[in-house]
Amino acid sequence: MVHQVLFIIFGLICVAGAVNLLVQRHPINSALSLVVVMASLALIYLLLGAEFVAAIQVIVYAGAIMVLFVFVIMLLNAGSEERSSGSRMALLIGVPGVLVLGCLIGWIMINNNKQLGGVSIAATDFGETHPIARLLFRDFLLPFEITSILILIAIMGAVVLGKREG
Amino acid sequence: MDIKTFIIVAVIKIVLVVFIMLTGVAYTTLLERKLVARIQNRWGPTRVGPFGLLQPLADGVKFILKEDLVPDNVHKFLYILSPMLALAMSLIAFAIIPFGDSVTVRGMTIPLQITGWGGASGNSDINIGLLIILGATSIGVYGIALAGWSSNSKYSLLGSLRASAQMISYELALGLSLVGILLLSGSMSLREIVKQQSNTWMIGGFNTHLPHWYIFPQFIAFFIYLMAAYAETNRIPFDLPEAETELVAGYHTEYSSMKFAMFFMAEYLNMFTVGCLATLLFFGGWHGPALPFLPPLLQAILPLLYFAAKVLFFIFVYIWVRGTLPRFRYDQLMAFGWKFLLPLAIANIIVTSFIVAWRA
Repeated sequence: MVHQVLFIIFGLICVAGAVNLLVQRHPINSALSLVVVMASLALIYLLLGAEFVAAIQVIVYAGAIMVLFVFVIMLLNAGSEERSSGSRMALLIGVPGVLVLGCLIGWIMINNNKQLGGVSIAATDFGETHPIARLLFRDFLLPFEITSILILIAIMGAVVLGKREG
Repeated sequence: MDIKTFIIVAVIKIVLVVFIMLTGVAYTTLLERKLVARIQNRWGPTRVGPFGLLQPLADGVKFILKEDLVPDNVHKFLYILSPMLALAMSLIAFAIIPFGDSVTVRGMTIPLQITGWGGASGNSDINIGLLIILGATSIGVYGIALAGWSSNSKYSLLGSLRASAQMISYELALGLSLVGILLLSGSMSLREIVKQQSNTWMIGGFNTHLPHWYIFPQFIAFFIYLMAAYAETNRIPFDLPEAETELVAGYHTEYSSMKFAMFFMAEYLNMFTVGCLATLLFFGGWHGPALPFLPPLLQAILPLLYFAAKVLFFIFVYIWVRGTLPRFRYDQLMAFGWKFLLPLAIANIIVTSFIVAWRA
């Protein structure tokens, strides 16, 4: 019961943050709305019993990545965006489009409830530190290491590009 | 313990902790002024009350009575939000910190930790305590970054840019320095880590009588932690974000009255968090030598006294460093963080994990 109520509250905050992200005209307000979305997602993970994932979500996404976003916006001193005819078109087509898409997904989910299966918000140890570490460093060690090398290559690429510019 | 009692007990604990912490902050300012004065061969505040002991009270009244200015052309929402964010995030860390083991009131075991609960199988807390503190610190950066940006002032903006760059850089070294402890203890619950430090070190069956504190195997990590934590809290020698000779007061230049006081409290609370975390991770938390000759009441609060004494020691070191060291230059600060602390932290992790793997 408590879980359901909390889920609805955080879900509403999350959706409100996402809508605000699109509606706001100043980049910094949009970036901060994204922080709200990230933080409420973390709380939903916490409700699912995924403690570790929730903490990492806050530290990496809401903390590190979004701070860099805000930092760049502050450095560039970006001003408010203008409303163009393109954005008016997006409003006219986008809002009904999203409504139709949402109704469609909801309809499919409700009708095929049995095949899709439900999600329980009971406490499991799936998202705690030890199970995740076991998955990453034993069962999926090779893909994990390859991903880290991929990221390393991307970092090196960024450094090379940055050197050439400066 | 059912959920209703848990919430009631937690609210009582929150009120107590917030009251004690904010009083602690007020008196730390006095301690700092007194100690720095002594280091510089002065007296410090002496006029208000005996030995200037009522000075924090006078400062508090002054903060409340000052005019609360909001300058022109600020981004009003963020200008008001950012001091709240800074203070709230520094207070959240105390929800995780265990101040002692537990007390028994009317047959109910109450752990001395806001988010801890007592049960039949002993006291426990959440298994990601350390990560929550790191997360709160990383959200706290927004308070400072947005304060500078929303104030519409060059000094504030430069201060907050410096602050965010510095905090992002040193957060890495700070986080990595704690990995060694996690490897040794195999847990992220602060209560569990403290519990493991209650015995003495045994080397090959020989009792060394040294307490089983993680400072001994992890002294390099402790050094990195302390340096990075000083930078995280924007204190001398890393106080470039508020370098008064260059930036007036940095990110809080445009703030006055209680809004400024909130930044001030946040900074001092962060110092407390750093001290508490160092105590819990490296210095055995509330453990200390048992003193059987003391009366029972003192015996009961002895762990709390040990904890407070250790935290106070770190506060003292903070002030001592402030009184003796000059400020870094900006390029020195960045080079120190990225080229010295970060590689050293990674080397420490590698050596520690080899030792852990060898012993297993």
